[in-house]
Amino acid sequence: MSAKTPESAYAELVKGLWEENPVFIQVLGMCPALAVTNTAVNGLAMGGATLFVMVMSSLMISSLRKVIPRQVRISTYIVVIATFVTVADMLLEAFTPLIHKELGAFISLIVVNCLILGRQEAFASKNTPRMAVADGLGMGIGFTFALVLLGGAREVLGKGALFGVSLFGDAFEPWIIMILPPGGFLMLGFLLLLFASVKEAKENLNGSPAADTSDERAA
Amino acid sequence: MKIPQSVSLVGTLTLAGLLSGLVIVGVHRWTEPIIRENKARALQESVFEVLPGSEAVEAWVWSGEELDPAAGDGGAGGSEGDAIYAGFGAGGEFVGWAIPAAGAGYQDTIRLLYGYDPQRRQVVGMRVLESRETPGLGDRIIKDLSFVSEFEALAIEPRVVLVKEGGDAPNEVDAITGATISSQAVVDVINSGNEVWLQRLPETTPAAPSQPPTEVSP
Repeated sequence: MSAKTPESAYAELVKGLWEENPVFIQVLGMCPALAVTNTAVNGLAMGGATLFVMVMSSLMISSLRKVIPRQVRISTYIVVIATFVTVADMLLEAFTPLIHKELGAFISLIVVNCLILGRQEAFASKNTPRMAVADGLGMGIGFTFALVLLGGAREVLGKGALFGVSLFGDAFEPWIIMILPPGGFLMLGFLLLLFASVKEAKENLNGSPAADTSDERAA
Repeated sequence: MKIPQSVSLVGTLTLAGLLSGLVIVGVHRWTEPIIRENKARALQESVFEVLPGSEAVEAWVWSGEELDPAAGDGGAGGSEGDAIYAGFGAGGEFVGWAIPAAGAGYQDTIRLLYGYDPQRRQVVGMRVLESRETPGLGDRIIKDLSFVSEFEALAIEPRVVLVKEGGDAPNEVDAITGATISSQAVVDVINSGNEVWLQRLPETTPAAPSQPPTEVSP
């Protein structure tokens, strides 16, 4: 793999934000995206923890990509990812005990987030640490953005608040359903619809399907 | 010579496991005291809340035959399940017992802590520590202040009873409209806590802990 120019590192970073957004376009990592996004803060914490694990694992795995034998690569990835998840879990418990209590078991479950393992296998194991970190950072931020959007929308409708700040006063009757599990599915459905129609509108404008070009690098 | 492939595979995984272990142990050693402190502080705050007037906490552990002050760690942080907490006022006088109890709620186990004053034979405070009741309905057992205040002077004899509304007797609790099951669960948890613990309490009033009262930093 030849060294790439800074522009392409930037491209790797940006693609995760919108064009290949992990949640809204790739539809990966649905378990945490649905389970803990009943408030914007929870979404932010979950996204942040995932971002941390993602960047650290990408860095480790791309640095070691020539040392790790092919046959045991998945097991090694899992060990690396699990280590950083455990670290993130302990850090959250020590410094933000309330958020840790809210997120509960879902922090440990970051280990099996297919988004992270997927990026290691599809990207970090084939690229330089620099690219891998850019990719992990982009995907992580894209994931966090998605979770905050999802959590924020559910919190506004379900609690009449955003980041815990009440928006509408007492007159607002909260849609309780939005902070319950069904609300997660509903809101995700609406947001997927929104992103898909934006994408479609873009393609119609360009007159050519844009989806294939962006996937080549990752595949 | 070439290293056999199986050796390099096993070696890689062993090394990965070893390094991973080192990292985790390192972070654990760093965060563990902070986590313990957080938990102890959270518990102390709950105890102070359910026992108005208390300013020091001491854990007492049920050994199977008698209740004794837990040795060591300044009060909070005793093992769960067999420990209750004695609360003492500023002057070292005994205020009451804070008793943790748990039971089935509407969706999941409700864990709560309640304060019991053996002199008045009353529940003097209640705080839900952990629950997954329905947001907006069942979770009013935590947020509904008029419900929570029902537990500020509640007679426990013959037992705590849940009534629809307008309960006047000292042992009656008004149910939250729309959250009868969660309200009933709280009452049941307290009754079950009383069943277990009241017979275990010592006859005499506990003396102030010998250690200096544990301070809670703001």
